Amino acid sequence: MNGMSPIVQTVARFVKVFILLYGIYLTLIGHLTPGGGFAGGVVIASLYIMLTLAYGKKFALKFFPRRLAGSLDSVGALIFLVVACLGFGFGGIFFANFLEKSYPGAEFSLLSAGTIPISNIAICIKVASSLFLVFIIMAVARIIDKKDGSKEFKQDEEEE
Amino acid sequence: MIFPLCFALFVVGLYCVLTKKNVIKIVIGLTIMEYSVNLFLVLLGYKKGASFSDVQAPIIEPVTNLDDFFMKAVDPLPQAMVLTSIVIGLGVTALAIAICIRLYQRYGTFDISKMRRLKG
Amino acid sequence: MGIELIMIIILIFILLGAIIAVEIKDLLSAVISIGVVGFGISIAFLFLQAPDLAIVQIAVETVLLVLLIRATIRRDVKSTHSHINWAGLICVVVLCLALIGFGFFAMQELKFGEPAISKIQAAPSNHYLKEGLSETGSANIVTSVILDYRAYDTLGEATVLFTAIIGALAILRGIARKQKGGK
Repeated sequence: MNGMSPIVQTVARFVKVFILLYGIYLTLIGHLTPGGGFAGGVVIASLYIMLTLAYGKKFALKFFPRRLAGSLDSVGALIFLVVACLGFGFGGIFFANFLEKSYPGAEFSLLSAGTIPISNIAICIKVASSLFLVFIIMAVARIIDKKDGSKEFKQDEEEE
Repeated sequence: MIFPLCFALFVVGLYCVLTKKNVIKIVIGLTIMEYSVNLFLVLLGYKKGASFSDVQAPIIEPVTNLDDFFMKAVDPLPQAMVLTSIVIGLGVTALAIAICIRLYQRYGTFDISKMRRLKG
Repeated sequence: MGIELIMIIILIFILLGAIIAVEIKDLLSAVISIGVVGFGISIAFLFLQAPDLAIVQIAVETVLLVLLIRATIRRDVKSTHSHINWAGLICVVVLCLALIGFGFFAMQELKFGEPAISKIQAAPSNHYLKEGLSETGSANIVTSVILDYRAYDTLGEATVLFTAIIGALAILRGIARKQKGGK
């Protein structure tokens, strides 16, 4: 798909920093105010979709290629599982909040609540890269009508 | 009156899945059914107070009084369940749209009455 | 105005949007009506004191609209008018009316505004509200429920999301292989 007009591209260039900042803010502050990993992840995924729509497919694939999205997806899930198994090792129960029992932070501060901020960051990475991956899969494929009426499917990206 | 209206929303989605011939309309019907179930679950957990200031979301701030908070707060458990359900619904709908795109490539139309040969 | 009147007005608005989305012939207008339904649900979540859910619902609604428009916009946008099966349509309409009547009578026992936690003192939600801050250290009780008390359900959700995305990838990748292999 092609990009859009220069007005849209300029506005997208100004606004993308604020949207990224908002997504990271929602993720990190998840244990104090409404927010959390899911909200931050979906906001960051919609930022990538906006950049793909404004600048075209080639820019988006160069900026965040498909292999990286797939790897980040798995990395997020692995961090979540590692936190769970460490809870089993140190706390005795699967998913135990072992940091809160041994190093409790002050209430209402950013570094409190044990392993909850780490899980929030893992969920954010996972959800954002999953949704961006599914958008890239659907946006890459295009259907072209040939002259004799039959339809041909064209893939614009190199396959492995 | 509130719960039957929510169930009527579910029945509207069910009607769309059962009678429409266009496969995108069927996906829209599935989305309506999923939204209505999420709304029903959150409606179950609301605790009514005397006025608007007597009900509170389950979030503690430094100024809240803890006994007051226990009296006023709504149920946090349905909200936690619906939070994961919304994101799962997005993933499943994305999968359904991928199937629709594949069907269009194979049969050339979105009409399900023209898709007769179910070969792999 | 009481909360019940507000909820009834929002629900009637959502129902009108849903009926328009189901019956209209143009696919693009139907997709936009689904957006209206989603935003109405998000406003309902705000009035029901669930701000976490309202944020997630709006963002998910936006991504869903983009995906749906991407699926329909370059294909045949007008829906075809094939012949209507009158017998089947009448059966389905009778079934739906019967279901709505059944729902109206079956939900008389449910009172809006009296959740289980006010009737049963030993419910787990009472324990989460009382001891949540001191046991987990997080001020947001909903986050402490999904990431500390019930973290196993979040692991299940991550697995389901992972599987759905891999399924979509597997379905749409086979097309290029078939094309390259000479159909």
